Amino acid sequence: MAKGKVTFNEDICKGCGLCTTACPVNIVTLDTSKINVKGFHPAAVFEMDKCIGCANCATMCPDLVITVERI
Amino acid sequence: MAVVFQKTKGLTDKQTHYCPGCTHGIIHRLVAEVLEELGVLGEAIGVAPVGCSVLAYEYFNCDMQEASHGRAPAVATGIKRVHPDKVVFTYQGDGDLASIGTAEIVHVAHRGEKITTIFVNNAIYGMTGGQMAPTTLIGQRATTAPLGRTVEHSGMPLRVSEMLATINGAAYVERVAVNTPANVRKAKKAIKNAFQCQLDGKGFSIIEVLSTCPTNWGMTPIDALKWLENNMIPYYPIGNLRTPEVEE
Amino acid sequence: MAKILMKGNEAIGAAAIKAGCKYFFGYPITPQNELPEYMSRELPKAGGVFLQAESEVAAINMVYGASGAGARVMTSSSSPGIALKQEGITYIAGAELPCVIVNIVRGGPGLGGIQPAQSDYNQVTRGGGNGDYKLLVYAPANLQEMVDLMQEAFDAADYYRTPVMMVGDGMIGQIMEPVEFKESVSRFELPEKDWATVGTGNKRKPNIANSLFLDPAELEKHNVKLQEKYATIKANEARYETYNLENAQLVAVAYGTTSRILRNAINELKEKGIEVGMIRPITLWPFPEEAFDQIPASCKGLLSVEMSMGQMVDDLKIVSNGRWPVYFYGRSGGMIPTPAGIIGKIEELIGGAK
Repeated sequence: MAKGKVTFNEDICKGCGLCTTACPVNIVTLDTSKINVKGFHPAAVFEMDKCIGCANCATMCPDLVITVERI
Repeated sequence: MAVVFQKTKGLTDKQTHYCPGCTHGIIHRLVAEVLEELGVLGEAIGVAPVGCSVLAYEYFNCDMQEASHGRAPAVATGIKRVHPDKVVFTYQGDGDLASIGTAEIVHVAHRGEKITTIFVNNAIYGMTGGQMAPTTLIGQRATTAPLGRTVEHSGMPLRVSEMLATINGAAYVERVAVNTPANVRKAKKAIKNAFQCQLDGKGFSIIEVLSTCPTNWGMTPIDALKWLENNMIPYYPIGNLRTPEVEE
Repeated sequence: MAKILMKGNEAIGAAAIKAGCKYFFGYPITPQNELPEYMSRELPKAGGVFLQAESEVAAINMVYGASGAGARVMTSSSSPGIALKQEGITYIAGAELPCVIVNIVRGGPGLGGIQPAQSDYNQVTRGGGNGDYKLLVYAPANLQEMVDLMQEAFDAADYYRTPVMMVGDGMIGQIMEPVEFKESVSRFELPEKDWATVGTGNKRKPNIANSLFLDPAELEKHNVKLQEKYATIKANEARYETYNLENAQLVAVAYGTTSRILRNAINELKEKGIEVGMIRPITLWPFPEEAFDQIPASCKGLLSVEMSMGQMVDDLKIVSNGRWPVYFYGRSGGMIPTPAGIIGKIEELIGGAK
């Protein structure tokens, strides 16, 4: 059972990848299957069930793309 | 479902112009969150001088003044002397503070001006395209140090926090970094202490924040975090350099 | 109100406090030192703040901050110190902030000297900083006029939201004259400073004091707005005095203390049957062009009399626009023109007494 959930405001992401360095369970990646309105690969999580809601990704995000919830 | 992390009211909805991976964005968030959490957003007046962060006056959700290069501490002094009860801060880069603005920063510390300075040190001039700054490291290349900075030509990089910590009026001086989640959390704590120092009227407070500049360092944002860790932190050690004496 | 014998620099301070100035940021420089000294004594008594900055550059930026935060604020300096403040002044003009800047002029260029001069005319009327902007510039000829103009300066600065300069030469700062501090009511309807950065109180959108416009279309629009302001100031605020214009064979133009020496020369010449008129600008900008329309047909030329090597003379050529030949007489470096010197020049121009 996932303990946390993250949502990405994709269109303001600049695809910098800092969030991907911070996730203790390594589930944050850049979605290379699409490009956002700015032309970047937005950050994404595909295995949300592993999220522990620690907010490390949001802590490293310079652009407030990520909202974190805990169940 | 409890929200544990969301956008702070301390920032406007304007998306920043900063380059992808530039950690100015993190530092803005920390300052904004601290102002909101201390409940002083409505009392805050910030000063943003020339530099990448000059446009901070569009990002902080409080009254702001744009200042000329290096002069933010003087502008902030003018504001604080008129409104001693308000929370006044400057948000400055290293080109601004450690070069053209050295007199101004030394003298707000010297006067013990009750303002807070957020000093972003990314070892380069960002806005103007990567020139050498007083904080550029030895061997680090810049557009005006094409073969890398040398001691013989331009001396050793300037350790501002250590310099200011010798000044009596500088009540709270700390250097932090924002290259890892743990460091970011420590940085926020230090920024809160600095603003609390102002609220307690103890004197001048400054937080030097080691920050990245992927574009002008010529690295990916992620490599820039590592470069900061391996090169900047050894020369600019993190930690508190001065804190107000606790009255017994 | 009784007249008080006061030194110019101190009278400026007293007049500023009377006009509601609460904040002064300055730096030592001869010949204006008595003003910051006076303010350091008197401003705290008036519930204000005096602060000596680390440099003139810091001082003018403190003025920027205080003005942006809604205060009535001033600074003072002298010539080279004013040169140091120019960047701050153009920022204040660009951000449309009100303040008063006092310039007690000394000989230049460079470190120059500390004796009186008027060699800052270009610096103060052409704008010493970058960009298209102007300063409303007052140039009093005596301490009473200067005291009266201080209220005007602060009110005009607030009304037009612009920096205003009070220019005196070293003598205005150093001489002592009796002055009276009249109860003066502002002739302007001064609005609330709802634009000031005092903290949103979480009740309004942020106020921003700023002169940066990266979008060229925005900056041009801003410049057009500033020029409209300067046109309004030009239409409403030009001030001058005329003396002995009737039947004048020559009209001499001088401001500040030089105009007092010229007046003596004119009176002496009158006794010799030589009619010379005077136009005395009280505002250096806007330059009082209208005064020149009152010059009678008898006038054969204009003479600019300055404590400089000739700067206002260019404005005489502009306003003359070919109507009259324009001549110049001046002393510089702190040398003061004498009536005899001026008379000599005029007689040379007019070809001696008939």
